[in-house]
Amino acid sequence: MKALEVQGLDKSFGGLRVTSRVDLAVERGERRLIIGPNGAGKTTLFNLITGELKADRGAIRLFERDITRIPSRRRAHLGLARTYQIITLFPGETLLRNVMLSLLGLSPLRWNPMARLDRQTALLDGARSALARVGLEHLADRPLAQTAYGERRRAEIAMALAQQPKVLLLDEPFAGLSIDERRDVQELLAAIPREVTIVMIEHDMDVALDFAERITVLHFGEIVVEGSRAEVVAHPRTKEIYLGE
Amino acid sequence: MKRLALAIGLVVLATVPFWIGNSYYTNIAAQILLYAVFALGLNVLVGYAGLVSLGHAGLFGIAAYAGALLINAGAGHFAAILGALGVTLVAAAAFAVLSLRGTGLGFVMITVALGQIVWGIAYRWISLTNGDNGVSIATRPAPFGLSLATAPGFYWASLVVFLVSLGAIAVFAASPFGASLRGTRDQPRRMNALGYHVWMIRFLAFLFSGLWSGVAGMLFLYYNQFVSPQVVALTSSAEVLLMVISGGTGTLLGPIAGAALVVIMKNVASGYIERWNFVLGAIFVAIVIFLPEGLVPGSLRFWRWATARLRRRNTRPATAIAPAPQPKERA
Amino acid sequence: MNISLLLAANSIAFGGLLFLLSAGFSLIFGLMRIPNLTHGSLFMLGAYFGVSLIALGVSFWPAAILAALGVAAFGGLVERLLLRRLPGAELAQVLVTLGLSFMIADFSLMWWGGDPISIETPASLRGATFVGGLGFPTYRIAVIVIAVVFAAALWALLDRTRLGAMIRAGVDDPEMARVVGIRVSRLFTIVFCLGAGLAGFAGVIGGPILSVYPGLDQDMLPLALVVVILGGSGSLVGSFVGSFVVGFLYNFGQAMLPELAYVVLFLPMLVVLVVRPEGLFGRAAT
Repeated sequence: MKALEVQGLDKSFGGLRVTSRVDLAVERGERRLIIGPNGAGKTTLFNLITGELKADRGAIRLFERDITRIPSRRRAHLGLARTYQIITLFPGETLLRNVMLSLLGLSPLRWNPMARLDRQTALLDGARSALARVGLEHLADRPLAQTAYGERRRAEIAMALAQQPKVLLLDEPFAGLSIDERRDVQELLAAIPREVTIVMIEHDMDVALDFAERITVLHFGEIVVEGSRAEVVAHPRTKEIYLGE
Repeated sequence: MKRLALAIGLVVLATVPFWIGNSYYTNIAAQILLYAVFALGLNVLVGYAGLVSLGHAGLFGIAAYAGALLINAGAGHFAAILGALGVTLVAAAAFAVLSLRGTGLGFVMITVALGQIVWGIAYRWISLTNGDNGVSIATRPAPFGLSLATAPGFYWASLVVFLVSLGAIAVFAASPFGASLRGTRDQPRRMNALGYHVWMIRFLAFLFSGLWSGVAGMLFLYYNQFVSPQVVALTSSAEVLLMVISGGTGTLLGPIAGAALVVIMKNVASGYIERWNFVLGAIFVAIVIFLPEGLVPGSLRFWRWATARLRRRNTRPATAIAPAPQPKERA
Repeated sequence: MNISLLLAANSIAFGGLLFLLSAGFSLIFGLMRIPNLTHGSLFMLGAYFGVSLIALGVSFWPAAILAALGVAAFGGLVERLLLRRLPGAELAQVLVTLGLSFMIADFSLMWWGGDPISIETPASLRGATFVGGLGFPTYRIAVIVIAVVFAAALWALLDRTRLGAMIRAGVDDPEMARVVGIRVSRLFTIVFCLGAGLAGFAGVIGGPILSVYPGLDQDMLPLALVVVILGGSGSLVGSFVGSFVVGFLYNFGQAMLPELAYVVLFLPMLVVLVVRPEGLFGRAAT
């Protein structure tokens, strides 16, 4: 059973085709990398998979279940989590509260208008451990405004990990990080157990290639090359796309 | 420390009729409380949900009119209150479904339209609402035999209602649902991806907000024993919105302070300052310039700055020491 | 029958007036994303300025232009001193613009008194013009002509001039505009002055039809809002079409269904908004 499958996915904005006949099949536990020049439609593909964008045509399957018509908010409950290219955390809240919101989204508690949020120990503990997984436990009570960019990038990942996802979509998790920070994130990603399938969009080849088992190359919304890391790296089309930039 | 302040505040509020003495000012205090309930209710939408409504006087007025019409049709006060709140909730649901079609200014404009339609009906559907002449009711309720006909009596009833609403909204704000609501204000897209039903959260918040506007509307009806189309005019919606913004949307105290500001200016200052409208407008402009988050957060910030300066002045060290390490700040 | 035609003529004239008022609001909101809730007050202020100037002996048209300039200058001050400090702070903008409208309204009450003042129709435009055997008030026809002229002028400004191109770029994509080097802050001031001036001018032009009275600002502002929402903010065509639609709805509503006059106006707006939240001619929100 494939963890994530996409078939014949199409999306256009006005006259512009941003996603074109995309087929994708990701195995359970796989580490898939999606690369491509700017504007290739990588983030759009993620948005289609999570349901934030509606596809014009095609199907999306999560563990053999067709989720194409299922609204975005329900897909989170089915084990799909993502991070964002632009940091979209909750300003004015502490890191702990941020991750708690992530956990709360999957809990029926989120409809409760009477309980005290700060007394929900299960949520608090879960949030703390998610922060610990990315090495931010010591900053749990720090307001977001007082955290550094690298810390926020890791918090983004903590938000997604807190959902205990089966399929994790990471959108440029290394963007803007220093060399040390990249190493930290690499280690953190390597530590994610194999029960979790990871699909990552990345621009930075050095860190990304280390991570990838299989690579999909997108160009103008279409898949142009796909295969194992070695195959893709050696492929003439890959070089053409990147050198021809 | 906080509990002590709350306890003192409670005692002060409970004894207002005694140390104010004068029934005119006791009535003003009751008005402040009823508008505070209205403002707190509106702040659930404006502050917590990030949805600006300029039509909330419509819900306030629907409650007052429904209550008045029910009472004049022979219903007892208890039934009238329940009936009015029921009608208000239905109206709030309708308001919500329609206005949530829009975002940003679109949302605001739909609420304006809805408020104006309610006003239009109140003003022109004379057979129902008596138009400009308004609807009066003969008596105030007498819960458990206690008369609300006197100023202190009505004040205490308002105080009880105010405390209940304040408590309910405080609990709401600290609850998981309250956190969800604020999340939809800050990152609606992410909230959606995290599994939250953003529309439904906003819809329910609108109902909750409408409920308290209705409660305030009934208090208003009993206070004045009269309701007229002016109550649902655009200026009334603007007024309560100004109470919320000027006081500050981020705290519970903010809308209360804003309500006090506007009620005092309208009723008290107007006796002394002929151009009180101008002064009120100038105060709003000044708040934007000097205390942009509102009276309460701005004053708190000022207070903290002032006490910090005093503290520094009192404990200035004789010799220079290394500056304390700053927390890493990055935009 | 004649009454319907007369009503239609009045509606078109009122629509023309509304266009002058709301075009400014639409530009300001479209470009600067500021809901200028002072706009109704600027209309009223212009009308009052006109009243004073005429009382001083200035004739109608120069008075209208001078009043417009006065309101434009006032608008410029407001933009530079107050609104400039509040980019994106929606609630603060609401508070400040409403606060200003309180101040203007009360000041006007104090300075010009509480009685309605009518502005006399300029002598050359009094009486009726006969078109196909029917008489229409000449002044109303003049208002329609003025509105059309201004609409054409604004369209030319937006479509043909560099300033217009910058405005359109700013409306479409403010970030890009800034990056490309458009002096956004100066542009904002110019547009705000333009919008304010138009409102002030409309106030004087409207004087012979509506008179000037305390509360005029509160009567006109919701109508401008309806026009802009119906037409779509930032769209000149939208403001143009919207103004006449509202003009018709308002006048016919008042005349034929006085019971439900406001409902007649706001219900269609509600329907449009619910079906198409970006207005008839607006672009969908991103």
